[in-house]
Formats: sequence, structure tokens, C-alpha cells
Amino acid sequence: MRKKLIGMAGGLALALASSTSVLAQELTIFWAEWDPANYLQELVNEYEAETGVQVTVETTPWSDFQTKTFTELNAKGSAYDMVVGDSQWLGAASEAGHYVDLTEFFNKHNLGEVMAPATVKYYAEYPSSSGKYWAIPAEGDAVGWSYRKDWFEDPAEMEAFKAKYGYDLAVPATWAQMRDIAEFFHRPDQGRYGIAIYTDNSYDGLVMGVENAIFSYGGELGNYETYEVDGIINSEQNIAALEMYRELYGFTPPGWAKTFFVENNQAITENLAAMSMNYFAFFPALTNEASNPNAKVTGFFANPAGPDGHQFAALGGQGISVISYSENQEESMKFLEWFIKDDVQKRWAELGGYTASAAVLESEEFQNATPYNKAFYETMFKVKDFWATPEYAELLIQMNQRIYPYITGGEGTAKDALDSLATDWNATFKKYNRVQ
Amino acid sequence: MATAVLTTLDPQSRAASRGMSDLSIRNLFIIPTIVFLIVFNIFPLLYSLGYSFTDFRASSSAPANFVGLQNYRDLLADPFIWNNFTITAKYVIVSVVGQVIVGFGVALLLNRDIPFKGLLTTLLLLPMMLSMAVVGLFWKLLYDPSFGIINYALGLGTFEWLSNPNMALYAVALTDIWMWSPFVMLLSLAGLSAVPKHLYEAAAIDRAGSFYTFFRITLPLVAPILMIAIIFRTMEAFKTFDLAYILTSQPTTEVISIRLYKMAFQEWQTGMSCALAYIVLIMVLAITNIYVKYLNKVKER
Repeated sequence: MRKKLIGMAGGLALALASSTSVLAQELTIFWAEWDPANYLQELVNEYEAETGVQVTVETTPWSDFQTKTFTELNAKGSAYDMVVGDSQWLGAASEAGHYVDLTEFFNKHNLGEVMAPATVKYYAEYPSSSGKYWAIPAEGDAVGWSYRKDWFEDPAEMEAFKAKYGYDLAVPATWAQMRDIAEFFHRPDQGRYGIAIYTDNSYDGLVMGVENAIFSYGGELGNYETYEVDGIINSEQNIAALEMYRELYGFTPPGWAKTFFVENNQAITENLAAMSMNYFAFFPALTNEASNPNAKVTGFFANPAGPDGHQFAALGGQGISVISYSENQEESMKFLEWFIKDDVQKRWAELGGYTASAAVLESEEFQNATPYNKAFYETMFKVKDFWATPEYAELLIQMNQRIYPYITGGEGTAKDALDSLATDWNATFKKYNRVQ
Repeated sequence: MATAVLTTLDPQSRAASRGMSDLSIRNLFIIPTIVFLIVFNIFPLLYSLGYSFTDFRASSSAPANFVGLQNYRDLLADPFIWNNFTITAKYVIVSVVGQVIVGFGVALLLNRDIPFKGLLTTLLLLPMMLSMAVVGLFWKLLYDPSFGIINYALGLGTFEWLSNPNMALYAVALTDIWMWSPFVMLLSLAGLSAVPKHLYEAAAIDRAGSFYTFFRITLPLVAPILMIAIIFRTMEAFKTFDLAYILTSQPTTEVISIRLYKMAFQEWQTGMSCALAYIVLIMVLAITNIYVKYLNKVKER
């Protein structure tokens, strides 16, 4: 009897041990539901072929990505081992202890130099300039523009444009030129409109759109180290940038008041607008004839410069972080070591992912691979981002509350909107003891 | 009464033969329900009341500090929150009044002998059987200024239903009226069919006009059941979230539950959002109480 019991206990122990080792062979990465997540799944399938570790990329629609991730993190859940999280989450997730500190890993692999500098600064480091890293830049992304080459290159249009504005119709080099072109092509009676911009205020769509104008006008959102905002968020440059965005809104298709990446791609595929703002991550759909009947006549350009020659773009994209509550942290680190290898990053780019690896970005091969890769490469070295403090969501909602009525409804002035925003942000920073 | 119930357990039944008393059977049915109610309703309700006096954030590991009535003070002094309440009130009034007029009107039309009455009633009930999210998504398409069928049918050109800040709330309310008028219609129909026919006959003998008959016979007799429909719809409209959230993101349509959602699950201001939820709860309770008092008065008549 005793022997039997010992045998059973031994069997049970063996079964348990083998089941935990089986569990360790599986990793789950959480991301939003979009094409790059599919490309990542293809990439990690190759990791499985090499190592036998099964990696699953689990996704959820963008609209609940933030809510779902933080609900899981707040509950200290171990459902996901890694998350490809938004750059502005860094503060909230690192201060609450949700992310594993990757500083040592970062320094060991010299990632500060391997990855493009802007991606390290915004996707990985928190607090700003602290030398502490919480993520590995995974999907580089920024806002760029697509446009209708056939409309731009039509000789009759070119002639009419030159007669009206006194210079040649071409890809805009400045926001002022972009405004002229938008006005020129804005013909509601023909069902054609000038431009498609982001206006969705439910998360960061509108703010990202406005950031493109603000940063290129030479403005900033605030001092990310001292939390000073007075005279920065409501600077002359920002007021001019907001006024420009409001003006561009006048050249958008009708009903353009809750639009984000889906609608902005539709503006091109449905012949609605001459130019359209969007993240580079959504451009593959525009070069594909199956999803864009105008694929052959769609061109791309980087965010134009402001009046003083500054040229920046709003950062999108995400870094990949290891979750503190994961039971497979060691296995996750091994995966990251594989992920940052040069040949893997190259393969990542080939599959359609936007690598942040400086070497791959700089290679001729990458830049010529698609019609927009060159614009992407140029943009990734001049990107800026929103606040990454833990209270970023409040700052985001306050910005939406202040600027949305001005942009889409013409309520008040740009100065009033930004002055009020400065007051809101000051109060928020005071509330969290960031400033005295 | 209780003993009458307790003594009805048949001594020959299987439950009795297993040694179960009537008391244990009662407990078997009631205790799980009470436990469920306490765990999922009462406990969170009290727990969140506690949180509403703290600066707790579910997204942070920092301990919650007691801040007294600070959250309530901040919320009630916030002009944006008051704006949200004003929008909600406007929405409730437009939407409920619209539903009562349309629903009661259709019920009056249906309350007579017409062919295919049953089929017609069933078809009219379809909108309220759909999911809110689905209704929101397809009304968004119907309202679309470029290809929406509403503008096409009404010849409105590119009229902007949802992106015009002054129109958006009415557009959302219109969708709500379309969806929930059938509910008011159904209850009104039940009320109308219960009005004794002899009252109408008596009115006809007295040569009462149709206006007089409606206000003196029909409406007073249907009023109690109509009030119940209004109570339900007011509570629902006050808490509305899905339709407004899906259809548009205009600040003029940011009803209080959307603000609450953003505060709780985007900003993770857990303590503050608990306080706001309590303010909303108290308001809904107060409004419902007024209605219930009025309903009792109507019934007494």
C-alpha cells in the first residue's frame, strides 16, 4: 500500500513538473488588433520553429486596448507575458510596478545605439533623460501623409493652381502650402475635398493630429522634466499651429468630426480627399490594390515644415515590455534577446513591421522596399511625443476638452483654448505634486 | 403566512424522505440569492462608497488616502461636470418625451380593429430587440453626410447630423426614440386594451367629443401604466452610454455616463469616479422617487 502511495505521489510530482515546463514553453504577447500584430505573429512563428517555444500574439481592438491592458495589469494578472504598449503608458506602468525594469538588458545590448535615438527616448525611457528603460522599441511609427498623385499631376490642375497661388503644385514643403493645396482641391459640389485630418477625441487621435502642427511650428507641449507648461503650451507658435489645424478642418469632407486612421485611409480609397494624414503603419493598405483602388496613384510624404523651417511629426508606435506578474519572465527575456538581433529586425521589416533598428532603417534595401519607407526613415529621426507621466490620460482628456470645440465647432479662439489648457494642466500637475 | 408555507411540504415527497425540512429547502433557494446579491451588489456598493472618500487609483500601487468630501467638492465645482449633467438632462427630456409621443401615438393607432394587427405589432417591436451597439453602428451609417440614406431620402444634401455640435444630441435622441418608442407603445397598448369599452359607449351616448373622451377617459385610465413606462425610460436615458458613445464624440453629446467611463477607465481616477457614480445614483433615485410618488397619486384617483 505504502509503495503504491509513493508511486502515486511520484507520478503526480512528475506530471506537475512536466506540466510547468510545458507552460514555460508558451509566451503570450498582448497588442492591439491591426496589421502589424499579424506581422508579429508571423515573425514569432519563426521563433517557435527555432526554439520550440510557442509565442501567441493576442489582440484587442484599439478602442479598448488601453482599458483592457490596464485592467489586467491593475489586477496583477499573469495572462500576458509581454505587452506592446503605447509610449505614453510608460510612466503609469513603470511607477505602478507593472513593467519589469529593462535597464540592465538595455545597457548590456547597447540598445541606446542599436535603435533609432527617438525611439529609445520615447518608447523605452522613463522618466525623461533618466537612463531607466522599460521597453524595447518594437514597432516604430509616426504620422505621415498620403496624397493623390493623379490629382496633383493633372496638367489642367497644375496650371490652374499656378495661376491662383503663383507657385507649382507639388508635394507641400510647408504647412502653409498644404493649406493652399487643401483649399484648391476643396470642391464640395464635385464631392471632392481638400484634406483628411484626425479629429477623433475619444483617445489620442485629435491630439496626435494637432501635435504634428504644433511640433512643426516649433512649439512644445511643455517641459517634460520640470512639468512647466505656462508660456509653452500656450505659446505664439502653438496658437498659430492650432489656428492652422482649425483652418484645415474647413477643407475636410462633410461630417469629418470623429475620424481616425480608418476614415483617413477611406478618404484616399473613396476618392474623398487630395491629402490624408495617417500613421505609417496604415500605409501598407494604401499600396495594396485589393484594399485601395487608387493604389497606383497614391503617393506619400513626410509631415511638412512649419513657418520657421522646423519639421517634426507626432510619434506613434510602441515598445515591447515584460509584465512583472508574468510567470515566464526568464523565457520572455530570451525572446527579447532573439527579437533584437539584426537579422530578426531585418526580417521584421520585411514582413511589414516597422523596425526601430537604426541599421535597418538606414539601409538602402529598407528605404527602397516600399513607396513610403523613405518618408518613414526621414520621419523617425524627427519625432516628438505626448506626456508619458502616469496621469497622461487626464492630460489627454483635458486637451481634447479644450481644443475639440475650437477645431470642429469654431468655439472661442485658439488662444483661449490653449490658455485654459495651461490652467488645467497646471492644476493636474499640482494635484499629483509634480510642481509646487 | 410563513407557517402556511412551511407546513405544505408533503411528508411523502422525495425531499422529505431525504430528511430535508421545509426550512432547509427555503434556505437552499434563498441563501444563494442573498449571497449573490451581497457579493455582487451590496458589497461593491459599500466598497465604492468607501473609495469615493479617497484618492485611490486602481492603476497605481500607491495606498489610498482618505480625502473626506474633497472628491465630491471637486466634482460639484467642476464646470465640465455640470455641463455633462445639463447635456444629460436635455437628452432625457427630448428622448423620453419623444418616445412617449411616438409610442403612445402608435399604440392609439393600433388599438382598433385593423388587419394584420398582430404581425404589425411584432414588426414594430423589432428595434428594441436589437443590441444598442448594433443600432449605434448602423445609425451612424444612416446619418452619414456623404452616403447616408437619411439625407438622400429627405433631400438634405450633406447635412451633418453627427458632426454638427448643435444637432448631434438630437440625432442621438432620435435614434433612441426610434429604438425605444416600441417599449412605450407596448405598455400603452396593454393599458389601452384594459380600458372598459362601456365607458366609451357611455361617452358616445352622452355625445362627448373625441378630444373630451381622450382626456377624460383614455388618458386617466392609461396614465398609471404610462407612468411606469416613463419611469423605466427616464432611468435608462439617464444612464445612457452606448448610443452616444458610438454615434458621435461631440462634447455636446458627452452625457454623464461617458464622462464617468472616461474618468474611471481611461484616467483611472477610481476614487473620484466612485464619487461621481454616487452623485449619479442619488440623482436617479431622487428622480425615480418623484415619479413613484406621482404614480401613486395617479393610482389613487
